[in-house]
Amino acid sequence: MRKDLVKSLGEKLKNKKLLRELRIMEVCGTHTMEFFKTGVKDIFPEGLTLIDGPGCPVCVTANDFLDRAIEIGKDPKIIIATFGDMIKVPSSYSSLGKEKSEGMDIRIVYSPLDCLSLAEENPDREIIFLSVGFETTAPTEAITILEAQKRGIKNFSLLSSNKLTVPAVETLLSLGETKIDGFILPGHVSAIIGANAWKSIPDNFNKPSVVAGFEAQDLITGTLSLIDLIESNQNELKNEYKLIVRDEGNVHAQKLMYDVFEETDAEWRGIGVIPGSGLKIREQYKDYDAALKFPVDVPETVEHKGCRCGELLRGLISPYECPFFGKTCKPEHAIGPCMVSSEGPCAAYYNYGK
Amino acid sequence: MMNDNIKKIQPGHGSGGKLMNEMIDKTIIEILGPDSIQLDDSAILDVSASKIAFTTDTFVVTPIEFPGGNIGTLAINGTVNDLAVMGATPKYISCGLILEEGFAFEDFERILKSMKQEADAAGVSIVTGDTKVVPHGKGDKIYINTTGIGIMENPIQRNEIKDGDDIIVSGTLGDHGMTIMAKRNDLKFSSAMKSDCTYLNHMIKDIIDIAKNDIKFIRDATRGGAASVLNEIVKNKEFGAKLIESDIPVHEEVEGICEILGLDPLYVANEGKIIVICSKDKSQSIIETMQKHKQGIDAAIIGEITSEAPGKAFVETFIGGKRMLPLQVEEQLPRIC
Repeated sequence: MRKDLVKSLGEKLKNKKLLRELRIMEVCGTHTMEFFKTGVKDIFPEGLTLIDGPGCPVCVTANDFLDRAIEIGKDPKIIIATFGDMIKVPSSYSSLGKEKSEGMDIRIVYSPLDCLSLAEENPDREIIFLSVGFETTAPTEAITILEAQKRGIKNFSLLSSNKLTVPAVETLLSLGETKIDGFILPGHVSAIIGANAWKSIPDNFNKPSVVAGFEAQDLITGTLSLIDLIESNQNELKNEYKLIVRDEGNVHAQKLMYDVFEETDAEWRGIGVIPGSGLKIREQYKDYDAALKFPVDVPETVEHKGCRCGELLRGLISPYECPFFGKTCKPEHAIGPCMVSSEGPCAAYYNYGK
Repeated sequence: MMNDNIKKIQPGHGSGGKLMNEMIDKTIIEILGPDSIQLDDSAILDVSASKIAFTTDTFVVTPIEFPGGNIGTLAINGTVNDLAVMGATPKYISCGLILEEGFAFEDFERILKSMKQEADAAGVSIVTGDTKVVPHGKGDKIYINTTGIGIMENPIQRNEIKDGDDIIVSGTLGDHGMTIMAKRNDLKFSSAMKSDCTYLNHMIKDIIDIAKNDIKFIRDATRGGAASVLNEIVKNKEFGAKLIESDIPVHEEVEGICEILGLDPLYVANEGKIIVICSKDKSQSIIETMQKHKQGIDAAIIGEITSEAPGKAFVETFIGGKRMLPLQVEEQLPRIC
């Protein structure tokens, strides 16, 4: 889109007179970041509040997962492979970063498929990929397992904390703790699961929802469109990211994902266990399941006293309402994951907020 | 082994014996020139100035060679630029080498040759040096320390920075860091990117010549990128730095890869770019002067000093919103230079 057109759309959003105060929620960590980075949040009209939902996969991962990864990684034959933003996340007693500086072999990768080359280059070691993500990344992880099987790679496995986004949003709405007028739905996740996967949000919970992309024009269009739906009382699901998101999604990716993974109950930070909201590796691929391959005793999970990441991820508070924010909890020494994940709401507010 | 006949660095190359003398004579003096080694323990320099600039830097970049340069060109240019941004004329450079046993001689010679080439182009002399060899596995091929001396012939006045001053960058941002990143991670789709590693002293001299009293600040935007330099300028000050997003020159490829990897080009290291703060009425002629050099073709005014957000650096996005540019906790990429 031409920049001058985007600019005039921006003017439209900025000058929009709302009929009443509105609270909208975004359910994607990349949206959290992009609303700040593009400056769109800065041109919100008066009375419009953006609440951050449980859309940052690193943030919603319970401490137990990292505790287990660190316990497994203590075996010197193991190489832990992870995306970079897990490194600084505090576990119950430590963090991957601390363990790395004390000698644990932890490698940062940019794709789970990199783990297969690592496995081939290190035949005497065991490579474990920390698989933390939503429907966007799960298909690539499924492909990695299928590819490992095809290439006969036996020294690779995956510790899965993959989660499904729709059950989380449904659970938040069922809890009914916070007032939400409508949703900006995640573009990347929807590209996989399809816009229709979100039907229950308007149909069962009466919340207008818009699937949106990530550039300035997508965020502006999505927000304007959501305001219109809410103000005209249309309980509808609108797809404003049609270029990428189909109603039925990417059927091939869904099939791959469900070939390798099956639904399971999963624990979400701040929310608790949500039935059917996780993905575990199917029985037939159990050789690639690090949790089965490397059973360890995980020390008792400890939550960081006073950390309000949980309430934040339920949409109950904004980062500024946490007494630790910017004081004892900063990117250089975080208390909760929302401050250090690259998609964490606290990181966004701390880095880009005024 | 197949590569047994490839000449490699051995422990004796750093031991002060015959092997070392042979390397000094046949490699180092041959490439860097006879003036680069003194028979005595120190180089004796002619410096006809009451004020000199003196700087040191150590280079540990991995990989040691990358599109647009290598650890040797970085070591020369990095030190030349550190002197030049102070308004000094770089004159003499020392070269301390830490070599890893087993490092291929051929690669070593290639790096020395490019150091010589770069030093000649920048107009500095390599006047002294030292070589040590560490056992295999205790280093990473080659580390270089360079120390430089420059003469303060034409120092920048460093007048007070004030509201309304322009912020200039001498060219595209993020090229060096992203090139290293792409090379290190073997990103196949990044073929056209190359490091901006270069000497800036001639260009800097020219802009000081035409606007000595109007240039308030010059700094090369290396580790931490342009955002870190701007933070340094505004820290605890009554003014802030405002950048206009659409005016910031960034190569399309760098922008694309940054987006994929979640990095911000404003925080990515450069090795041939300066940030200049100057009075508004001189900025156009500074830009024109920069553009006469190949190092400054893409020079642009990217923002201004403002009283809007004291102590802060921020970007105005093209839709008119604001986003802050805080100092990062740590460099986005380690071992970048």
